Amino acid sequence: MTNPLAKTAAVDAAPLDQSLLYPSPYKEFWHAFSRNKGAVAGLLFMCLIVFCALFAPWVAPHNPSEQYRDFLLTPPVWLEGGQWQFLLGTDELGRDLLSRLIQGSRLSLLIGLSSVMISLIPGVLLGLLAGFFPRLLGPSIMRLMDVMLALPSLLLAVAIVAILGPGLINTVIAIAIVSLPAYVRLTRAAVMGELNRDYVTAARLAGARLPRLMFVTVLPNCMAPLIVQATLSFSSAILDAAALGFLGLGVQPPTPEWGTMLASARDYIERAWWVVSLPGLTILLSVLAINLMGDGLRDALDPKLKNAA
Amino acid sequence: MFSFIARRLGLLIPSFFGITLLTFALIRLIPGDPVEVMMGERRVDPEMHAQAMERLGLNKPLAQQYLDYVGKLAQGDLGESLRTRESVWHEFLALFPATLELAMAALLFAGIVGLLAGVIAALKRGSLFDHGVMGISLAGYSMPIFWWGLILIMFFSVGLGWTPVSGRIDLLYDIEPTTGFMLIDTLLSDEEGAFKDALMHLILPAIVLGTIPLAVIARMTRSSMLEVLREDYIRTARAKGLSPARVVFVHGLRNALIPVLTVVGLQVGTLLGGAVLTETIFSWPGIGKWLIEAIGARDYPVVQNGILLIACLVILVNFVVDILYGLANPRIRHQR
Amino acid sequence: MKQSTLQAALAAILLSAAAPLMAKPLVVCTEASPEGFDIVQYTTAVTADAAAETLFNRLVDFKPGTTEVQPALAERWEVSPDGLTYTFHLRSGVRFHTTDYFTPTRDLNADDVLWSFQRQLDPAHPWHDKTSIGFPYFESMGFQHLLKSVEKLDPHTVAFHLTRPEAPFLRDLAMAFTSIYSAEYADQLLKAGTTAELNSKPVGTGPFIFQRYNKDAQVRYRPNPDYFRGKPPSDALIFAITPDNNVRLQKLRANECQVALYPKPDDIPGIKADARLKVAEMEALTTGYISLNTEHRYLSDVRVRRAINLAFDREHHVEQLFGKGNALLAVTPYPPTLMGYNSQNRNPPRDLDQARALLKEAGVPEGTVLTLFTRNGGGPTNPNPRLSAEMLQADLAQVGLKVDIRVMEWAEMLRRAKAGEADMVSAGWAGDNGDPDNFLTPLLSCAAAKNGENYARWCNPRFQVLIDHARETADPDQRAALYVQALAVYDEAKPWINMAHPKVFTALRENVEGYVINPMTNNNFATTRVK
Repeated sequence: MTNPLAKTAAVDAAPLDQSLLYPSPYKEFWHAFSRNKGAVAGLLFMCLIVFCALFAPWVAPHNPSEQYRDFLLTPPVWLEGGQWQFLLGTDELGRDLLSRLIQGSRLSLLIGLSSVMISLIPGVLLGLLAGFFPRLLGPSIMRLMDVMLALPSLLLAVAIVAILGPGLINTVIAIAIVSLPAYVRLTRAAVMGELNRDYVTAARLAGARLPRLMFVTVLPNCMAPLIVQATLSFSSAILDAAALGFLGLGVQPPTPEWGTMLASARDYIERAWWVVSLPGLTILLSVLAINLMGDGLRDALDPKLKNAA
Repeated sequence: MFSFIARRLGLLIPSFFGITLLTFALIRLIPGDPVEVMMGERRVDPEMHAQAMERLGLNKPLAQQYLDYVGKLAQGDLGESLRTRESVWHEFLALFPATLELAMAALLFAGIVGLLAGVIAALKRGSLFDHGVMGISLAGYSMPIFWWGLILIMFFSVGLGWTPVSGRIDLLYDIEPTTGFMLIDTLLSDEEGAFKDALMHLILPAIVLGTIPLAVIARMTRSSMLEVLREDYIRTARAKGLSPARVVFVHGLRNALIPVLTVVGLQVGTLLGGAVLTETIFSWPGIGKWLIEAIGARDYPVVQNGILLIACLVILVNFVVDILYGLANPRIRHQR
Repeated sequence: MKQSTLQAALAAILLSAAAPLMAKPLVVCTEASPEGFDIVQYTTAVTADAAAETLFNRLVDFKPGTTEVQPALAERWEVSPDGLTYTFHLRSGVRFHTTDYFTPTRDLNADDVLWSFQRQLDPAHPWHDKTSIGFPYFESMGFQHLLKSVEKLDPHTVAFHLTRPEAPFLRDLAMAFTSIYSAEYADQLLKAGTTAELNSKPVGTGPFIFQRYNKDAQVRYRPNPDYFRGKPPSDALIFAITPDNNVRLQKLRANECQVALYPKPDDIPGIKADARLKVAEMEALTTGYISLNTEHRYLSDVRVRRAINLAFDREHHVEQLFGKGNALLAVTPYPPTLMGYNSQNRNPPRDLDQARALLKEAGVPEGTVLTLFTRNGGGPTNPNPRLSAEMLQADLAQVGLKVDIRVMEWAEMLRRAKAGEADMVSAGWAGDNGDPDNFLTPLLSCAAAKNGENYARWCNPRFQVLIDHARETADPDQRAALYVQALAVYDEAKPWINMAHPKVFTALRENVEGYVINPMTNNNFATTRVK
């Protein structure tokens, strides 16, 4: 494996040697991840969804808001009365269901991603603070989180949406607030675990200041469980958004959000099962894919957690 | 041990105040007031509006309102609903058994099926059954339960006609709500077939509500069981020649249950307050729906105290789980 | 008949849920929990059905299925020539309900009538402050200003003195908020200090006696054997509270209830096709409309409002929303069955070119954004507001107007719409006394524009003078003529997009008899029974 060329090219060869002896961390990660077939399947499905979301206007056969008023509730193509023009059929206003589902993937991913970001950053920050100041600040932060955890999360989300008014951004904020405590608890627990380690003591003795200790020394070592939690809350954000949409508090029409689509199609369930079943199935499959990936990530990143649910 | 419990109890007091403050603030931050909602499309005279707000005590400064609220709480007075004028405690008592019954049925279903599936999957690690259980439970964990409920109703109730569509019981049975638990009340009543009818009504909602806990319990049981089976005392028990069933269920499962219990404790909150969707789909007269409606009607006392009651319950359950955990595991007891 | 009983019995056995051992009760699937039973405190239709229609009576009421007034607790009445005094002669021998919590010692008399009105009218009345928010209906109808006094002439005669002539007054007295309570029961409660029980343990003279209420589950009644119009034929009346309209229909199909209120218009053909079910339908006193905020920069121009009306695909909209034949296209604010309907009013046929031309003329730039407020759940005047909004959005996009739909919770929408934040509001109204004034004054008067209930914020002096004058005119023909003129003014100004007068439907099992559907969407089961 030794490569004399590389050796001569590198000025400081010592760390390079190491990486030649051991597989790179990415390679190692991929090796562990790809052993989990479910995770790979999840990843593939997610790639498909991300592709659809990124290129929705080109992938979707129709404009998702275009109402074909002569084709109301057309069944999917494999059923009697189906049209090749509308592969998965149309909804109650004659809009192409496939195009709406594709367009909806944008929204669901956006909601998932942004609510994770919005809760991850303050959550980690609060968790770090709680971990580093165990005397007064820490317990008060944790009590606040306990309070938030004690309230039923869906009710809390409903109340927050009621305060802010329905809409995409407010949905995201509500979901982010609801998932905040998990990050805080997790970060704090990880920080408390790391603080007693020798390397932290060493950094302290070396005179590292608090911000450096927090963000450079400790935080990177707490990332594994956080990444896993982020995937989990990504999927639950999609579910929560759908639930809010189902309760009539989701994004504004005609934006095709999966949960809202399902809720508004509910009246047609007996006449046209596809308008209810397909959005629901899409939610299920995407969330499943993300959770499969999350499992794989956990196994690969954090073998300690392997046996946790 | 006593100091451990006392310390934990002490921690509950600030939480309690935090909850009162949070719910008080939340409901008042929502735009609109109860008088406007009750008038609906009709005209609101500013004069009448002011009078009504005064009558409800909502014209006082917020700090005063909060103090009044906490003061009343201290006397055990939960106030009365602005809409129905019924005492919040009575409404809670009337609706809570329905939620509790549903939650317990769901937990029972999830517990039995989840434990069994988890144990067998752990014993047959790597088998087709194991993969199947894990796959299905992950799917259950990913389930949008409102959709799941709709699909089950369409299939079993409307399609096959096996179960009733919604509600707790066929209303032709006139059941006196003695305990509020329909299964018990139907047994107490002398109406024939009522118990069976109530049971049939309970099945689908319990399955829907139990789906996610089931997934969590199955996965947790499996992994915790795998860990336990590797322990020395299991090997010892096996070596002693105890029957495999005894080894698995008495020595293995009992120890594997501890982490499972913790997870179940965490699920209780979801089951009690998160039953909103299930209750909506099955027209189940429980507290989830009650609270959502109260938020819509800006029924301040109901929202404040209803959420407070649930939150206290959740805290209490977690507290008990904590204590049990502490009893089982001395290391935790001495942690700060 | 015999065969169907046999079939039913067989089905019951086969379905394994053993048939309950009760005679023929009537189970009605209703859409929500009543808020309480002290009806004067509430304004919702569901509470009116559960209290006013079952437990109480009024001095007069509407002849079933019509908007005609007929005698009820009052046998006859006289109106003074100046229209300021109404004298009612009470029926004798009317008993209040005998229940576990109250046994009446006397029949209905003038004291009960006095109590029922004084409680709401007189701030010094001991019961006046015993409600949470007051008497919303009484006050929103302006009764505290209209009624000068209520006077007992003798034990069976009561006189109402008004401050001004009011043509709709008699109809008002048939509305839920004028229900007659037992003064004797009220005294008993007041003495015991349990005034809140008036709301939870009601007593009235109505066809049914209150038995039990489980919130979000059921209300149970038994028939009143002493009802002055005769004991109701069903052995028990049960309201099964079932908010979801799909579920109501499913329960009706499963015979878990025999009457299902407010089926979706979309389901009507399916119900009609089912031999076990039938539909009662009627043109109701309801209207669904979209208001155009006449204070908006562009919408204040009548040309823009006309253009929007021209771009709106009304036929398609109404058919898609309600289903074919389930709603009448609206041309005026109220349906043609009411007095003074102007048959000259017309909706212009859809004409996109003309609409574009008008918008251009008015100087509305391409891509102007208009907000449309709508609620997040359906009701009788608009079964699917979201769908409706999306269709209007697509229509207006064709003439270069962008619609920003804001779906919000009902309470929130009302508040913000009343504050004038919306450019357009998708709204509806159900008339509750069959009088044209009941539509025009609350929805389109200048007073309503001021307090916000007139979402179009349209205040037209000509229109206002006409409806004010009509309101004080007793002669029906003269009144009708005034309304015809008022509607012509409305037609010119187009403050609304007229949408539809939806029919009201009730789904019934085939063997239900004696149910009369009402144009005011109230439901009364005093004569209904299961065969």
